[in-house]
Amino acid sequence: MSSVEQIAPERPTKLFAKRQSVHPRRIDGPFRRFKWLVMFVTLAIYYGTPWLRWDRGPYAPDQAVLIDLANQRFYMFGIEIWPHEFYFVAGLLIMAGIGLFLVTSAVGRAWCGYSCPQTVWTDLFQHVDRFVDGDRNARMRLDAAPWSAGKAARRAFKWTIYLVIAFWTGGAWIMYFADAPTLTRDFWNGDAASVAYGTVAVLTATTFWLGGFMREQVCIYMCPWPRIQGALIDEKSLIVTYKDWRGEPRGSVKKAEKDPGAFGDCIDCNLCVAVCPTGYDIRKGPDVACITCSLCIDACDRVMKEVGRPRGLIDYATLEDCRHEAAGGQPRPAWRTLLRPRTVIYFTIWAGIGLALLFALGTRTHLGISVEPDRNPSFMLLSDGSVRNAYTVKLRNMQSRPRALQLELEGIPAAEMWTDDMPRQEAARKIVREIPPDTTLPLRVYVIAPPGSPPQAFGFAATTQGERPERAASETRFEAPENER
Amino acid sequence: MANRRLDEATGTETVGHEWDGIEELDTPMPRWWLWTFFATVVFAVGYAIAYPAWPLVEKGTEGVLGWTSRGEFAREMQHERDGRAALMAQLTATPIERLADDPELMRAAVAGGRAAFKVNCVQCHGSGAAGSAGYPNLNDDDWLWGGDLKTIEYTLLHGIRQPGEDTTRTSLMPAFGGALSSEQIGQVADHVLSFSGKAKDNAAGAQLFADNCAACHGPAGTGNRELGAPNLADAIWLYGGTSESIAQQIRQPRHGVMPAWQHRLDPVTIRMLAAYVHSLGGGEQFVEVAANAADQADEQR
Repeated sequence: MSSVEQIAPERPTKLFAKRQSVHPRRIDGPFRRFKWLVMFVTLAIYYGTPWLRWDRGPYAPDQAVLIDLANQRFYMFGIEIWPHEFYFVAGLLIMAGIGLFLVTSAVGRAWCGYSCPQTVWTDLFQHVDRFVDGDRNARMRLDAAPWSAGKAARRAFKWTIYLVIAFWTGGAWIMYFADAPTLTRDFWNGDAASVAYGTVAVLTATTFWLGGFMREQVCIYMCPWPRIQGALIDEKSLIVTYKDWRGEPRGSVKKAEKDPGAFGDCIDCNLCVAVCPTGYDIRKGPDVACITCSLCIDACDRVMKEVGRPRGLIDYATLEDCRHEAAGGQPRPAWRTLLRPRTVIYFTIWAGIGLALLFALGTRTHLGISVEPDRNPSFMLLSDGSVRNAYTVKLRNMQSRPRALQLELEGIPAAEMWTDDMPRQEAARKIVREIPPDTTLPLRVYVIAPPGSPPQAFGFAATTQGERPERAASETRFEAPENER
Repeated sequence: MANRRLDEATGTETVGHEWDGIEELDTPMPRWWLWTFFATVVFAVGYAIAYPAWPLVEKGTEGVLGWTSRGEFAREMQHERDGRAALMAQLTATPIERLADDPELMRAAVAGGRAAFKVNCVQCHGSGAAGSAGYPNLNDDDWLWGGDLKTIEYTLLHGIRQPGEDTTRTSLMPAFGGALSSEQIGQVADHVLSFSGKAKDNAAGAQLFADNCAACHGPAGTGNRELGAPNLADAIWLYGGTSESIAQQIRQPRHGVMPAWQHRLDPVTIRMLAAYVHSLGGGEQFVEVAANAADQADEQR
């Protein structure tokens, strides 16, 4: 059958394919209710988090979660991350990645189906559709209807709601980067930074467009994740499947009554397709278009109940289970798929990183010191023959209150030091400096040793004065002429 | 064209090529995707008209917006200059010996001086300002002419032994190659080294030093900043601290020249350079000396 004459001249290939609008039908069921719950929780977290307060005293912001780019600080409840501690954020991102692998290998595309922002906002916008235009059939009718004042008014009303949601979404994003109440006031007064307005504009536009219009096309054409998931899912991962060995051949209830035994359980009512947010027919098998939101399971279970057949014609199952069941085996409980080497290994790595981060968090100090010796020149001979080295010492006070720090020389017994903000005559082995809250104090420190001092290793130690002393030290080298006489 | 055909399963045409039995469906693009592509083409055309784009023989097309990267750079530089104008005015207005009263201003001056030093001074004094034989080390605490902010600024402005400059600092060490014998020169060199404990004192050298050298370098060889006469009793030697190099300097002295920078650099840059050099670790405190006792008395009243 494969030859040139097979090309039908009356069906020339078009340059583009028109998008088939998807009008998912309302459905209720356990998975739908779970989806409502996830949607409520994730949106509440997203919109609400910046408004949580956290008292950090007079020297630090009082926002519980704040990415303070201007001052290079990241606040998360009781935790404050400095730029050099960014590995915490990197660790969290790695955990998020491995967590995604873990969840995907265990329960399939749960991320896609429930908690992906595209899914959550698409779902929200589809509820807006239902609220304004009615359910599936009404929407399809309205879509096909010619433009009229009523249709235009409905569309304008619907797109205004889209726009309000999109704007609220864009607006919530910038609240993570500045004090939320202040920024809100500045935003409406026109006093906020231009980057704030730009960000809100871009996010409003993308939310409006991706959530309101692109919808399933984002999942199918734009998103790389469904492609990657193919490598993460194996035959033991839970996915939404149509049990064709039970459903085929399809036939209506009437036909089945006439000819018992000739038809499967599927009555070809198409409800599973009608409720699908991406418009996919799960009976064709697993596909990138299936985001495993399980609404088709809700729909099919409802129909099966009505026609008096067992539920689960469309259900969560592993490919292994499918083969097992198709061969006549009994269905196995879903929880058994969760525990297997792959998930255990992912979980071990995930939890290991988490524990390591917790350990690092628990043992970190709020005091930092870094010492950088001058290399050009590496040492200096002074007029009285003594040797001087210069260092850039950075003292970090990572607490939101001012602290007095004592900087001390450790090693080179006869050496003394002074800094560029004090006269050389006051050189000493200990220097006390007040460091403002949450600041790095750079000091240029000169260390002077008597004539003939050999090159040697030594260290700077910083100790906080007062209650609960903390200490940080850094090793460095003192350079001197090797063979001075 | 190759063997295009309809794929039965999908009803879509194939592209007509086959790779080891694998064929590709000629699936049409989604409409929005194609429109996005067309939009980029339109954008590219518009961009090429609006901005400099096409290389021609002499120069490229200029673009209707008149934008150039050089112009952008010039604007950014001007923006920088405008932003610094207040600071520069403050630096101009503040006498250099008062810089230290304002730590913020001092820090800015040192930062500016560091940049200017890299351009103008490293050729002789080295990138770390450590100098070399004949070129003073600016990090140490030995200053031929003084090491406070004002003195350093003066040296920068007027130079040292700069020909054609009335106000330049000049000191000339006489050549003793004809006046003293080689043996005598060796004795004086040894005496000079004895100031810093590097050689044994000798009576002949001491006598020769008292007769010929003490007038400028002082009886104990501690030098004289008024004359730019080096301190011979410390550990720092501009032309080397060995007996031979000292003897050579007595026999046939070498004299370095520091250019006067007031004709090449603006006063603010020189002020910043002075602040930077002063900050290198050997800078000295400025001691105010009233021009005459009467002024001082006036101020006190």
